[in-house]
Amino acid sequence: MDNKITVSNLDFFYGKAQALYDISIKIPEREVIAFIGPSGCGKSTFLRTLNRMNDTIPDTHAKGEVIIDGENIYAGGTDVVALRRKVGMVFQKSNPFPKSIFENVAYGIRINGIHKDKADMEVRVEKALRDAALWEEVKDRLSTSAFGLSGGQQQRLCIARALAVQPEVILMDEPASALDPIATQKIEELVVELKKDYTIVIVTHNMQQAARVSDRTAFFMLGKLVEFNPTKKMFTNPDEKLTEDYITGRFG
Amino acid sequence: MTNQETAFHRRRKFISSLMTILTAACAVFAIVVLLIIISYIAVRGVSSLSLQFLIDTPKPVGEGGGIGNAILGSVMMTGMACIVGLPVGIGAGVYLAELGNNLFGKVVRFLADTLIGIPSIIVGIFVYTLVVLPMGRQSGLAGGVALAIIMIPIVARTTEEMIRLVPNAMREGALALGAPQWRVTWNIVLPAASTGIATGAMLAIARITGETAPLLFTALNSRFYNYYMDLPMASLTVQIFNYATGPFDVEHKMAWAATLILVGSILAINIFVRYLTRRKY
Amino acid sequence: MEHRIIDQKLDLLRDKLLLLGGATENALHRAMRALTERDSELAQKVLAEDEIIDQMEVEIDRFSIEILALQQPAAHDLRFVISVAKITPILERIADHAGSIADAALVLNDSPQIKELVDLPLMANTAAEMLRRALDAFTAEDAAVSREVIKQDQKINEAYRRVFDELLKMMVDDSTITNSAAHLLFVGKHLERIGDYVKDICELNVYLTEAAFIKHSGEK
Repeated sequence: MDNKITVSNLDFFYGKAQALYDISIKIPEREVIAFIGPSGCGKSTFLRTLNRMNDTIPDTHAKGEVIIDGENIYAGGTDVVALRRKVGMVFQKSNPFPKSIFENVAYGIRINGIHKDKADMEVRVEKALRDAALWEEVKDRLSTSAFGLSGGQQQRLCIARALAVQPEVILMDEPASALDPIATQKIEELVVELKKDYTIVIVTHNMQQAARVSDRTAFFMLGKLVEFNPTKKMFTNPDEKLTEDYITGRFG
Repeated sequence: MTNQETAFHRRRKFISSLMTILTAACAVFAIVVLLIIISYIAVRGVSSLSLQFLIDTPKPVGEGGGIGNAILGSVMMTGMACIVGLPVGIGAGVYLAELGNNLFGKVVRFLADTLIGIPSIIVGIFVYTLVVLPMGRQSGLAGGVALAIIMIPIVARTTEEMIRLVPNAMREGALALGAPQWRVTWNIVLPAASTGIATGAMLAIARITGETAPLLFTALNSRFYNYYMDLPMASLTVQIFNYATGPFDVEHKMAWAATLILVGSILAINIFVRYLTRRKY
Repeated sequence: MEHRIIDQKLDLLRDKLLLLGGATENALHRAMRALTERDSELAQKVLAEDEIIDQMEVEIDRFSIEILALQQPAAHDLRFVISVAKITPILERIADHAGSIADAALVLNDSPQIKELVDLPLMANTAAEMLRRALDAFTAEDAAVSREVIKQDQKINEAYRRVFDELLKMMVDDSTITNSAAHLLFVGKHLERIGDYVKDICELNVYLTEAAFIKHSGEK
């Protein structure tokens, strides 16, 4: 399997404070990669470097390379807007737009000019909602406000919205941390289903979730990548003592 | 509960009820004062109200007369102020909120806040020098310009505040879909802030509708219907001033009626804008 | 609540166990046939295929640990994985005993038959039937059948006592057949052990279904 994302010696700074130290990692295509680690270890920061969402925070800069499909996204002249279409993101707290369910999904399609006409748009919106396992629950109320949905449904709507622009990679920043166990389970099943077509990177503070859904796991601590291994190995026999201590709950 | 506990409990209940009554009374007081003012104006003014009053121009005492041209003049000048002031003000507000976290933004913010505090008569004098003198005469145009100058900093600052209130999570959601910054602002942020921006605009309109001083030097007044912006123009506020300070009782009655119209239209603007920007989502 | 991530894995684990169970049943049947039909070639096959059974055991062990580590099963799911993990080595040991029977067959087939085999096949058939019923009861999660099967072991033990007495008498009467008789005794011992192992499987079935430990409880 090819590597979708190759990160080499990445440092990241908030102003003068360094948040990531010499991160190197290869992320294969069409797998689920989990980032775990204690609070403040840099996993969310690192996730956001993969689609340059950190650019929205003033006074940040990165050193090193993040190569996606052969191109360094931190090279000068990178089209960040196109990058974010290819590498989508789902956030911790669902953030639907104050629009109807239909319009929420249609927005990304519209601004990227993907659809051919109105009928095509409806087809695309339906597909995105089906792929996000939400269609059956909302098909009769597409024109109602997105805020009328439950927390778990809103999060799946945000996933549908991300899927609608046909990304290749989906980044998820603790997507289920604000949800109840049933809603969480639905999201996890969705992730396992989606990896057939997309490369998924998921940050989670819930180790068991990482164990359940991911193929490989990366353990971060204090801005450094401690271990990156197949999940089976990580949770039965990790290489690093630090990893084992974290997984068995001895700290963090 | 012991005796002591019951005593505490009763005292607490009493204080709670007392505070509820006091705060309710304050609210009632505020509303009552407002209602008294409005009904006072209404009672005083309604007797002179008539369709004729609304259409006629001022006439010599005893021959009736009305505020038709004053109404038209106010509408025209306020309208002009809005056409100039709203886009500029909202645009400035958007800039300050989205891009203005730099020295330039700080300076602009400070100046805008200062401008809001300047007595409006000074704005009138300023526009007199800038527009009236070069033109050689007072005009509705100068009046509109004066009103716009008063309006812009108010709209800019309230727009900025309302846009800042839009949660960043919404912006990030749009950015993550591959939206360029201008689209995020245009499609997502502005619609989300629309109610707030409209409220700010409405506050500004209400403020300038009630302005008299800046119009005194710039638009002057007129006894005739005037459809051209480059001539002196009547306005409701100046006309009320004239009627109220005149020596005749009839004029005073007409001042009340005109005031009623003024207050009524501001109320109507409020209601209309609330309806337009009602939260559908 | 079907189609949880874990369901697929549990189904796969069950399939692996049933495959192992089938291979074990097969080994037992063939080992006895190698003895009763004096077929040494068959006995060799049984011995060779024991390696496959060992690999299956390792694979199930590995997979059960993986499920426990990665999927955090609870309640019935947890009891299921634990039961599978405990039944697997039992099956492997049963297969080992079948291999030992095949070993004995190889030796016995080189010498003339010393007696008509009656009780040993009876023991073997009972044991095989018990194993079959126990595995079916595992799949169906039938505690009642499991308890019945436990009682069947009685027959095996009685038959073993008869064989033991008979063979011992034969050895006393005629010292030339001691070697063969001894091997037949061992076959009987292996079959008796297999019966006990199947009882263990039934106890685990009851644990799975009722969450009750009946092992060592006197409820037999």
